[in-house]
Parts: sequence; structure tokens; C-alpha cells
Amino acid sequence: MRVMAQIAMVMNLDKCIGCHTCSVTCKQTWTNRGGVEYAWFNNVETRPGQGYPRRWQDQDTWQGGWRRNRRGRLRLASGGRWHRLSRIFANPRLPTITDYYEPWTYDYRTLTDAPLGDDIPVARPRSLLTGKPMEITWSSNWDDDLGGTGELGHLDPMVARTREKVADRIRFEFEQTFMFYLPRICEHCLNPSCVSACPSGAMYKRVEDGIVLVDQDGCRGWRMCVTACPYKKVYFNHKTGKAEKCTMCYPRIEVGLPTVCSETCVGRLRYLGVLLYDADAVLAAASVENEHDLYPAQLGVFLDPEDPAVRRAAEAAGITHDWIEAARRSPVRTLIAEYRVALPLHPEFRTMPMVWYIPPLSPVVDALTSTGHDGEDAGNLFGAIDTLRVPLEYLAELFTAGDPAPVRAALERLAAMRSYMRAINLDEEPDEAIPARVGLTGTQVRDLYRLLAIAKYDERYVIPTAAIGDAARLEESALPDGCSLDFAGGPGMGGSGPFGEASGRPVPVSVENFHALRDRGTADRPADTAGPGARVNLLNWDGNGRPAGLFPPHDEARRDDPGETDR
Amino acid sequence: MNTMLWAVLPYLSLVVLIGGTVWRHRYDRFGWTTRSSQLYESRLLRVGSPLFHYGLLFVVAGHVVGLLVPQSWTNAVGVGEHAYHVAATALGLAAAAATIAGIVLLIRRRRTTGPVFLATTRNDKLMYLFLAGTILAGTAATLWNTVGPHEHNYRETISPWFRSLSYLRPRTELMARAPITYQVHVVLAMLLFALFPFTRLVHAFSAPVGYLFRPYVVYRSRDARPPGAGEPRPGWEPVDR
Ligand code: SF4
Ligand code: SF4
Repeated sequence: MRVMAQIAMVMNLDKCIGCHTCSVTCKQTWTNRGGVEYAWFNNVETRPGQGYPRRWQDQDTWQGGWRRNRRGRLRLASGGRWHRLSRIFANPRLPTITDYYEPWTYDYRTLTDAPLGDDIPVARPRSLLTGKPMEITWSSNWDDDLGGTGELGHLDPMVARTREKVADRIRFEFEQTFMFYLPRICEHCLNPSCVSACPSGAMYKRVEDGIVLVDQDGCRGWRMCVTACPYKKVYFNHKTGKAEKCTMCYPRIEVGLPTVCSETCVGRLRYLGVLLYDADAVLAAASVENEHDLYPAQLGVFLDPEDPAVRRAAEAAGITHDWIEAARRSPVRTLIAEYRVALPLHPEFRTMPMVWYIPPLSPVVDALTSTGHDGEDAGNLFGAIDTLRVPLEYLAELFTAGDPAPVRAALERLAAMRSYMRAINLDEEPDEAIPARVGLTGTQVRDLYRLLAIAKYDERYVIPTAAIGDAARLEESALPDGCSLDFAGGPGMGGSGPFGEASGRPVPVSVENFHALRDRGTADRPADTAGPGARVNLLNWDGNGRPAGLFPPHDEARRDDPGETDR
Repeated sequence: MNTMLWAVLPYLSLVVLIGGTVWRHRYDRFGWTTRSSQLYESRLLRVGSPLFHYGLLFVVAGHVVGLLVPQSWTNAVGVGEHAYHVAATALGLAAAAATIAGIVLLIRRRRTTGPVFLATTRNDKLMYLFLAGTILAGTAATLWNTVGPHEHNYRETISPWFRSLSYLRPRTELMARAPITYQVHVVLAMLLFALFPFTRLVHAFSAPVGYLFRPYVVYRSRDARPPGAGEPRPGWEPVDR
């Protein structure tokens, strides 16, 4: 047994309102630079729908993830080592920019510079790749809220697969359709195919917290990771020629703060915590023959930190005490392993993803209510989960490789919680038979309800700092004073200190974070403007106003640079 | 003049090649990339790039044999001058055809695909000029002097000269005897080598052979030295410092 720790996330899909706040704040923090305009480390897609990039789930086309060969061994779907090196001069399965979308800006200057006249000036879209006027025909969320799904819904690979299996087809007629939102980030997989496909060895999984990163100095731009990631969560920066991906906001995680997407999530539906797992068991679990067994196999890889033997092994493996304690309090572990309401996304890709999802019960409740039934009555709900096969089968294609049983079990637990808690809210005597039907007790249901409905910040995010021993040292320097976005044309460029950005002695990050977090929600002035040497730290800017120094100082010279237009 | 071209220039270009590469590796690891444009355009690249690269691999292999293996050795194993030339010319021209077809396709793609053209720097254009020039001059020289009317055995001039460079006793008189077409090719090649470390060509030095031997999943520890501590790593200095 080789114990390792992993920072994992759970998202409760029932609560996602599709507001895209997570995507936007993530973009502001990590990808508001040239070359990654088209990249969304966090994106939210409407399901059913084609997703972003278009039809990413269709591995016959994209060849992401692993495949199990006849001898029971795993091989990257895009081919073995020799095969990959032989294709190094042109990656045959690389999505082109049109599979994502062509990034654009608007010709804003015509709005202000147009001469006086009768016509209202219009800002026309301009391509960020060619600088030429363009027509917008696709973007990262074109089929938002089932837009166009009536006609294009069959292009969703999972719809196609569900229709193959279920006789009553998924319908996109208005009264019969269903939808939910699926926010996606990198899965920080236990068996990452992106890392395995990198010829330069520039991608790696961090030993301490399992975060998967790209070494920007080591990447040589071979683009094999983009193909190999089945979730299409590695992006190629076409300006720098390097791969970039979701970083799990590691500078924040290291000091115990949640990721930006979690922090800003309007639905408060994200949970972060530590999971302990047995690294030696990963490969075997990822290689089980039947795809339906992948979900239970992955559950089997996780270790129970309540088990003293596991704790001893973890300590022997060098995992610090506070990480083990955090693993015991981990909301993620509770939802995944204890209540089993969270499920992995596409386990059949065999990468052992570590961002899990609580499937949405709402389509079922909505369908019931719209047909005049009581959508929260336990009897109705239990019956409906099974008879409304279409959402169930579709969810199963997403979360359990098509096996409806675990999805049904998770939904039944959520349904039981709903009707049990409704009785409590209405001051009725709760029916203890309801939780019993799904193998829980009343107390457990109340606990689950608390975790899903009212858990506060520190219950949703249980993140140990990088290492208690040198936490102080790391906090002071987790964000370098000249951060990695400070290259030419990067957003960090420009300055706010007396001699420009990062001049003078830097304010320790922990102090900055402390004040920023304490002031949040109470202050009505922009954060972080006081004193010389103040600078805007986008990682904890509260969106409150426009603090000085948020934008680089006005500089005529940069105006002429076509790459810098009105971004 | 002879000394200049055939004794000074080769060493100069070698020094720049090695020194420049070391410098680039130390100070600009972030810029060390293929800077692929496949994201913009994939259809032409998928034909042109393998054609060019595989062709070039064969061309390089041919040069290694032609320049480093002395004529006496091939004679010793019973491959006559004529047989050698026929084989080398046939293989070489096939490889050259692939390389040229590839580079023509790639340059055309660069010129006509909007985003790819915009992403082409002046550095790239210069590099393309020398790269294409060297390849074309080499092919022309071969055609002219072997297939064409002027029979010239480069293994009696260029190859010994090249080997003499490594004994630090360059035999410039040999090179002076070579036809002008070959001389142009060699000069262009030396200039290209000097340019090499400062262009995107450096990606050739990153041929990922190690990939075949390492375990699939790479684990790494968090930087022992936290980011921001100590002096910034080369290539990552804040711009305003
Ligand atoms: S989801 Fe993340 S860790 Fe998994 S293969 Fe893709 S990029 Fe790698
Ligand atoms: S911020 Fe939260 S609620 Fe809004 S789209 Fe993202 S995950 Fe959903």
C-alpha cells in the first residue's frame, strides 16, 4: 500500500444555475491573455448538448483517455509510445480552433470615434486570430439552455448512445425535454492520460496534493496531451506554443484557500477536500474489464482515514498530521465514499477522474410537478426515478459508463432526503421508513441535508495548507511578487508600485489575503488600494469597484500593437 | 578568402551553434518550443509536416554517411564508386523530393492561411529563407554534378575537408576545388547552423527519446524552493525589473 493524498472536488449539479460566474472568474484569473483567449479552464455546458469543445466526449474521433486491450493492459487510446513518436510531426487528432471557437473582440473604437451622423455606430466583431471582421457562428456555450438542441441535440454523443440503448427516445419537444448544467474543470486524474502522453515529460502529478500541472519550461509544444486528455482540458496556447491547463488554483490551495471557481460559485455547490488513496491500486482499478465496474473499482482505491492502519501507513508515507486530519473531515470523502451520492464523470475513460458530481434530481422533480403530481412525495419520487428512464439512462451514460443502478441509488438517496426533510420543514412527523428504504438513518439524512444545503465555507472547503511545518514560509511566498503572468503582454504587466509592479518590498501574500478576506462583504470600497506599493491581486480581488492599478498604465507605444486591441 | 570560408567560418558557426544553444537553454527555456500552428490549420500541415520532417531525417542520415564514412571504407567492403553513387543519388533525391515537397507545402500554407501568416515572426521568415535556400542549393548541386553533365565526386573533396575540420587541420584546398554549386550549399548550411539556436529550429534538439523509457505517469514534488524565493528563474524575470 502506497498512501497518497489528493485534493478532490465534488459539485452538486442540482444547485447549478448555469450563471457562468465560475468560468468568468477563472478566466479573469488564469486565461485573460493572448493565446488562450479561446481556453476555458472552467466551462459550464448545458446537457444535453454538444459541449465544449464540440463533441468532446466522442473518443472515436478524439481518441482521448485509455483503452484496455485484449491482454487486459491499458494503452493510450491515441496509441502506444512508438506510435505517438512516429506521429509527432503532425498530431492527427488535434482539435482545431474551430472545434473550440474562433476568439473575437469587438471594434469598440468605432463607438466613440465615429463621426456625428444619423446612423448609430456599431461595434463589429473582429477575429483575435486574423484581426479581420468575422461572423460569430460558434462559441464555448453556443447551445446554452438547450438553444438549438431541438435540431442539433442528436450531435450530443451521449444522447446518441442513450438512444441506442433505450427504446423510448430522448425527446427534444418542449414538453418532454429535460436539461441541467454541467460545470467542468480538469479532473486531476489519478491515472492521467495527459501526463502519460507528454513526450517531454513536462506534465506531472504533484506528489503532495495530486494536482496535475504543466511545467512551462519543459513543455516543447508537441500537443500530445491535448489529444490524450479525454475531457479536452489541456489547451494549447497558440502564442507561446505551450500547453496550459487548470491548475486547481494551486497557489490558493497551498495556503488553504479554495479555488477561484469554488470561491465565487453562486450556487455554493462546490466542495473541496482531501482524499487518501492507494497509489499502487490505481492501475489495476483502471484496468478492470467491465466498464460498469470502474466506478466501484475507483471507490475501492480510496482509503478510509478512520482506519488506524491507514493513518499509520499515511504517516509512514510522509503525509503530515494535518493532512490526515483534513482527510477525516473531508466533505468530499463524505459525499463520495460515505453517502455515495457523488459519481465520477465518464469513468469509462479510465483516467480515474477526481472531480465528482452529485447527479441532478431536479429533472425528475420537474417532470413530476409538470404532470400534476406532488414532486416531493417520497412514493411519487421513487416511482418516477425508475419510470422516467430517459434522464436516468442519460445520467448513467455520463457518470457510470451506462450502468443505471448507481445513479438510481444516488438519486433515491437524494429523493429520500427531500421528502424526509420536507416533513421536518412542515412540522410533521418525519417518516423513518423513508431513509430506511435507501439504507440510511434519520440522523444520517439530516447530516447529508446539512452538508448539501447549509454547510458553511469552512465545512465545504476543508483544505490543509501546503505543510504545517513550513506553512508560514509558503504563505509568504505562494504568490511570487512578480507572478508568472508577468511576461510581455501578460496581464501582470504594468505596475502599481512606486517603480512599477513588484517594486519595493512586497506585502506578504498571507497578510494581503487576510485583509482582503476579512473585508469582503463588509467593505463598500474597492479592496486593496491603500498605501504605496499596493497592487491588485486578482486572486483575491473582490470584484468591488475598479482599484487603481487593476489595468496597466496607459501606454501609447502598446496601442499600435495589433495583438493588444481593446482586450 | 579560402581560409576565411573553409577554415574560419566553419569553426565560427560551430561555436555560435553550441554557445548559442547553451545560452538559449539557460536563458529562454520558456521560448523553447515548436510553436506549432496546427491549432489554426490542420489539413495542409498533416500532409506537409511529416513529408518534410521524415524527408529531412533521411537527408540528414545521408549526409552523415556521405560525410563521415571515407570512400576507402566503402571500397573495402566491396561497394564500388559507381554503385555507391547510384544508390546515394537515388535515395538522396527521393528524400530531397519529399523534403522539398513538404517545405513548399508548409511555406505556402504559412503564406495563405491568415492566422498562420500572422503568427509568423521576422525571425521565422529569415529562418525559412536559409533553410529553404540550403535545401534547394544542396539538391541543385547534386542534380548538377551527378545526374547532370559535370561528374564530381564530393567524397574526394567535401567529405575529407569536413573530416579534416575535426582534426583541427582544415584542408581548405580541397574545398576550393569543389564546384561552386556545392560551395554555395556549404556556406548556406554554415550560416543556417549559426542561426539555429536563435530560431524555433531548436526544437530539433528536444527530440523526446526519453519518452520511450520512462514510466507513464510522472510524479514530481512541489518545488522545494517556493516560487518567488531567491532569484527569479531565467526567462521568467518580471518585465519591469
Ligand atoms: S482531466 Fe486533467 S488530469 Fe485528467 S487527463 Fe485531462 S488534463 Fe489530465
Ligand atoms: S458559479 Fe456555480 S452556479 Fe454558477 S455556473 Fe458555475 S458552478 Fe454553476
